[in-house]
This record gives sequence, C-alpha cells and structure tokens, in this order.
Amino acid sequence: MGRYLLRRLLQLVPVFIGSTFLIYWLVWSVPGDPFAGKCGERRCPDQYVAYMTEKYHLDQNVFVQYGNYMKNLLQGDFGQTFSQRDIGDIIATAYPNTLKLALVALAIEAVIGLGAGILTGLRRNGFLDNLVLVSTLFLLALPVFVVGFVLQWLLGVQWGIVKPTVSSEMRFSELIVPGFVLGSASVAYIARVARTSIAENRRADYVRTAIAKGLPMRRVVGVHLLRNSLIPVVTLLGTDLGALMGGAIVTEGIFGINGIGREVYRAIVTKESATVVGIVVVLVVVYLLMNLLVDLLYAALDPRIRYE
Amino acid sequence: MRVSKRATSAIALSAAAALVASGCSSGDGDGDAAASKDGAIVIHGVQPENPLVPSNTTETGGGKVIDWLFTGLVEYPNDGGAPRNALAESIDTKDSKVFTIKIKKGTKFHDGTEVKAKNFVDAWNWAAYSPNGAQNGSFFADIAGFDKTYTEDPDGADGPQKAPMPTAKELSGLKVIDEQTFEVTLAAPTAVFPTKLGYSAFMPLPDAFFTMKPEEFGKKPIGNGPVKFVSWQDNVLIKLTRFDDYSLRDKMKIKDVDVKLYQDETAAYADLLANNLDFMEVVPTSALAGDKWKTDLGDRGLNTVTPSTALIAFPIYDKRFQNPKLRRAVSLSINRQEISDKIFFGTRKPADSWANPLTPGAKPGNCTACKFDPTTAKQLLTEAGGFTGEMVFYYNSDSSHKDWMDAVAQQVKTNLGIEARAEGIPTFAVFRQNINAHKMTGPYRAAWQQDYPDVENWVNPLYVKGGSSNDGLYSNPEVDTLAKQASSAPSLEASHEAFAKAIEKVDQDVPSIPIYFYGQQSGHSEKIKKLELNNVGELDITSVEL
Repeated sequence: MGRYLLRRLLQLVPVFIGSTFLIYWLVWSVPGDPFAGKCGERRCPDQYVAYMTEKYHLDQNVFVQYGNYMKNLLQGDFGQTFSQRDIGDIIATAYPNTLKLALVALAIEAVIGLGAGILTGLRRNGFLDNLVLVSTLFLLALPVFVVGFVLQWLLGVQWGIVKPTVSSEMRFSELIVPGFVLGSASVAYIARVARTSIAENRRADYVRTAIAKGLPMRRVVGVHLLRNSLIPVVTLLGTDLGALMGGAIVTEGIFGINGIGREVYRAIVTKESATVVGIVVVLVVVYLLMNLLVDLLYAALDPRIRYE
Repeated sequence: MRVSKRATSAIALSAAAALVASGCSSGDGDGDAAASKDGAIVIHGVQPENPLVPSNTTETGGGKVIDWLFTGLVEYPNDGGAPRNALAESIDTKDSKVFTIKIKKGTKFHDGTEVKAKNFVDAWNWAAYSPNGAQNGSFFADIAGFDKTYTEDPDGADGPQKAPMPTAKELSGLKVIDEQTFEVTLAAPTAVFPTKLGYSAFMPLPDAFFTMKPEEFGKKPIGNGPVKFVSWQDNVLIKLTRFDDYSLRDKMKIKDVDVKLYQDETAAYADLLANNLDFMEVVPTSALAGDKWKTDLGDRGLNTVTPSTALIAFPIYDKRFQNPKLRRAVSLSINRQEISDKIFFGTRKPADSWANPLTPGAKPGNCTACKFDPTTAKQLLTEAGGFTGEMVFYYNSDSSHKDWMDAVAQQVKTNLGIEARAEGIPTFAVFRQNINAHKMTGPYRAAWQQDYPDVENWVNPLYVKGGSSNDGLYSNPEVDTLAKQASSAPSLEASHEAFAKAIEKVDQDVPSIPIYFYGQQSGHSEKIKKLELNNVGELDITSVEL
C-alpha cells in the first residue's frame, strides 16, 4: 500500500511538468498580440507595448519564458496578469468559490442521483423507473446553459424565489440553483449508472444468500448490495469533481460567480500564459489527487481489491 | 446640438429629435430627499483592465470609475453642449497658444490634501514621459516640449531597436506660476485645447501618487471628484462612497455606490429585471430583438443616442481600394435604413454625416456618399473599371457584428454585382493586430466614439496623415492642410467652419463609410426616481435620486 502510494505520487511529477508545459505552450501559440486590442480602436503607444513586453519578458522564446515561470512558481510566486494583479491572489479568491460551487453540485448529484438510482434499481420497470428514465434523458439532452437560463429566468425573474445571481458573500443557500445546474447532466449519469449496477448485483449470488439467510431487507441493500454497487458511482463522482471545477465556465457566467472559469476564459483570450497555467496547475493537482483517492477508495469498498 | 437625455416634450422640435426614439421614464417626480441622502445603489460594471490611473485608462470598464473619482479643469454638460469650467476658475488665452489656467481655491483630494496647480503639472509630466508607458501619453502632444519627453520606437514596438531615452523629464511648455495658477504653452495654436481638458488623461494627481508605484496607487486610487474610492475586490465589486468634502457643483445626492463587476451581460440583465441591480448602461443585444427590452422593462427602460458611429474603413494601402469612385460606389450601394430597421430594430440610426451629429461643430447630413443609390453606384463602379476578385468585409467575431456585416456584404453583392462576403476574425486582438500592421485585404468594421466633444476629434485622428486611428493610411494633402488650418484657428467657431471644409474634401474621397449612429438602451430599477446620463451615455452618478 505504501509503495503503491509512493509510486503513484512520483508519477505525478512528469505528468505535472508535461501538462503545464503543454498548456503554457498552447496559450503562447494562440494567435494575436496581447496588446493589439488593449487600446480600443487605436493602436497602443509603442512605449506602452515596449514597457509591458519588457516587464513580462515577452521578447524571450517560449522555453525561457516557461523556465522563468517555473522557477518563480516553485518559490510560490504565481506572477502577475497583464493588468498587474497578482495571480496568486486571483487563485486564492476564485478557487474557494469554484470549489464551493463544485461541492454543492457534487452533493446534489450524489443525493439525487444515488437516490434515484437505488429506487429504480430495486424496482425496475415500474412507474418510478420510467419516470426517472424519461427525466434523466431529458436532463441529459439539455445543454447546461439552457438549464441555467431557464431556471434563472423562472426562479429568479418570473417567480422571484431566489436572486438571479449569486452575491459576493457566496452563501450556500444561493448556490443551490447554480449547483443543480452545474450538476444536472451528471445527476442523470449517476442515476443511470447506479441503477444498472444495483440491478445487476441484485441478482448476484451473495445477495441471494443474504436474503435466504433471512437478513432484513434494509441490511441486504444498505450493507451488501450498496457497497458493492458503489464502485462505478464513486469513480464517476471522483473524476466529476475535477471536471466540475474545470468546466464551470458557463454556470459561473450565467450566475455571475467569481470563479476560476471566467478567469481562465479571460486569460486565454488575452494570451496570459502565466494566469492560465497558474490556475490549471492547481486544477491538474486536484485532478491527479482525486484520481488517486478514487483508486484508494476501491479497496475500502471491495475487499477483493489489493494494492501492491 | 444635443437634446437632454431626459427631455421628452422638446424632442419633436429638435434637430436631433429623430434620433431619440422614445423618451425616458425617469424624472417623473423629484426624488425623496431623505431616502436619497443615505441611499445606496448597485450598478453594473466590468473589471477594469488596468490599475485605475487616469492617464493609463482607455477602456470603459475603468474609465467610468475614473470619471466619477476625478474632476478635471472642465466638464462636459450632460446635454452634449460646449464644455464649461469645473475645477478651473478661468482659462485665458490671447492666441490659443499660451494658456493661463487658474484653478479654484480650497478643493481637496480624497486624502485631504489641497488640489494645487502643481498637481496638474506633475500629473501631465508623468504621463508625457514615455518610459512611464502611459496609454494616454500622446494626448499631451500639443504641449511644447513633448518631442523631448516622448520618444518613438524607430522600428515600432515589435522591432529589435528600442526607443531612445527622452532627453527631458518634463514638458518645457508647463510652468507653475503660483499655488493656483499654471501656464501652458503649446507647440502650435490649438483652439480645441481647452475642450480636451475634460478628458481623463488631464486629471490632477495627488502628491501621494508620486511616492508610490503607479500600480499600487491604481489599486486604491485617490481622486478629487464627487465620489470616493473605498475598496476593490477583483472581478466582484468596487465600492465607492460620497466624498463629503466635495465643494464643486456636482455633489452626490446618494451615499454609497457598489459597482458590481459582471462577466456576463445576461446575468446582469436578469438582476436588473429582478430589481437586484439598480442601473445597467447597455442592455444586452439579445434583449433588443423584437423590442423585448421594452416589454421587460416598461418605463424602467431608457432609449438614448450616444456620440458614436460605426464605420467600415477601407485599407487604402491596398491598390484595389485606391480609386475613390469604387469606394463611393460601395458606400452608395448600402441601404442603411434597411440595416437599421431589420437588424437593429431601429435602435441604431442610419448614418448621414461624417462626424456624429451630437458632437459640437458637426454638421448633420454632410455625407453625400451615405445615400442609398444603387443606380449611381453601378455607374460609378463601371467608371472605376469594375472590381475583380472577391471583396471580403472583415469584422471581429467575438462581439455581435456578424449580422450587420453580413447584410452589408449581401447588399454590395446584390447592388453592385461583385463577389462580396463578410468574414469574422476570431478575436478583437487578432483583428486589431492585422489592422495595426496594415495587413487587411478588404474593408473592415470600425467604430469611433469621441474622446472629447468637438468635431476636431472626428477629423484629425481619422482622416489626417499620421492620425492616431488613420489605420487605412488615407492621405490627401488638401485635407491635411485644411485640418491644420482648422486646428490652429483662433476661435472654436472659426475652427468648426474650417473643419466643415476639410470634411467636404473627405466626403469626395470616401476613405471610410459611415454606416450607423449608435443608440443606447439602458435600464434602471424601481428604486431610482431620477437620473441623468452624461454626454457619452454613462450614468451621471451625481444626478441619481432615490
């Protein structure tokens, strides 16, 4: 177990360097001069461009720039955006917001998705099963921005139940609607995966044995059936957290949340390699660690799985 | 020239009347003074691109806040009329070359220090010193000694050479006389110089600015205007409050202003509809379709015009576009009325003059090439020898320009019978890069909003050789001479007359084609009882009453 963990952690290093360099290089090769569109319909004064170019070492080649960037990063300095704001500060304020949103979305996914999955998996082909099937298909078919705008318009503007956008305090109660929107597609996936998994294990020998032994139904489902059926669901939830954090651009936009999604988008458009990489560095680490955590959870869920 | 944003009854009589479609709602009654006094509002904003230093702010996100935080020597009345003195007691000149500027005594910066003549001179010197890299540095080019403090890069910013260090640190044309007086000597007589003084580049800076890094100052700016800076949370909120020691005309009637920084206009619009946001300057384009914003907002909507014009510019450095007859043919083949009606639902007005008619000194209807006349257009095209190949109209597709540019291309194709189409360039940055590098291979969209209200601002930067936004490299010695005479005319009236002559020449050459005048659709919450918009359509924060 210890060796396995160490090996997995060491594997993170080349993945980390490779992915950050690739991203740095990709943003660097986005066409367009970062200062060409900065002064509206007139060209920026040469002096301004020269000042900024020197300040951000943009006259160096991409390897030197990346090297400089990494050297500063290892000392904990994320650098500055072209608007002269510290990227470290941006990450420190935007990340918790995105994380909050992602966690709310994840909780909604887990509760609704798993609940619907268990109910339908146990009573297949009933009215409830069909209802969940139809509604999950419906959710899957709708793009996130449609769900977002419709809910915002209906709940926020038409009925006035919630405020249309999230305030700067980011209260959990305000995040329920955006969290549902962000998690809506995954709710459907989780419900369907859980349903299949439960339905399959329902016919497994150990479940039949447990029922034959005369165990109460609650124990059969809660301990034996559920634990074994959770593996695909946990995989889905774990990788989803990473995806939710990276993919919240649309939801953050609709509900005016100051998260990393908007920062990444803005930074890509303005060619700020340092900002994109700074944010993605944290994302990559989260993603890698979540994957590791999921792999370790397998062993806890299924005693047959061992790590060497 | 310009009708008040709030006047509803006088509109029908005014020359600009047709431009203001429906009147606005606010001002039904005077606000409740008690509610106003401690009142707070939340208004729409976008994250400023740069730290808030007046001479380094060129975009509207930060520009709006700068305009509230600072009061300059002159101010532009909301009705678009001629500028009047704000902080200046008097601006005297005999020859439009040497100006003696006296400022009002006893006004204060937000940190409590007094605004003195020195604060202007130091601020201007800082911006005009090129190694400081101020985006607005070139605004000081009129002042004597600018060539010594501001050096150009001999091969452009991309070239290997660096700009030489300037030989002087200060403009020789600026002289402090006493605490309240300073003297400005220009390199050449410029009648419009006092008008320019209301532009944000010319704001005074407190002594504190010169003791810290500009970016540090810009994160917590200290101004001298009616509104005081409180805090700025990046991407979230800029908090402002009333400056109680403000002694000039435009004191705030409410107390707190939160500028909520949105990334998405539709999110802000949803907040506006739910009364969760008190003012939004421009409603999103999606709300204009089918006049949706009118049904949504009812009497909370405001329809106004702003002194901005959308143009299509020709890359005159490209041989195919050097014949004025061809350019006029293209212009005459465009049905501007139809574009205005069908694509903008009447929210933009067909352009018929070179300078926006809201600008002082501009003559309405002086663009003879702006008519729709396909017959003459065809004839001119034949005289010009036709057009071979494809005429591609370019626009930046990260903003909503596709529809009208497609319509323009389609009209040119139908009415002139040449292969025309519109093509989007992904981002504004790439689009501007190609324009700056003079690499455009077809006509492209452009827009111009005046920096300061004078017709001069619609000629010198756009149509004079070497003008800061003459991107198509149009050059006509006659226009240059006339514009130069007009700029150095002894009075504004004489200057306006002379610019009208220069524009007549421009009209014959058609270096670009005006398409429409911008309109602006704003909205406010039920809470606001009274408000005015300033001369460029921004909220006049000091007029707000609850």
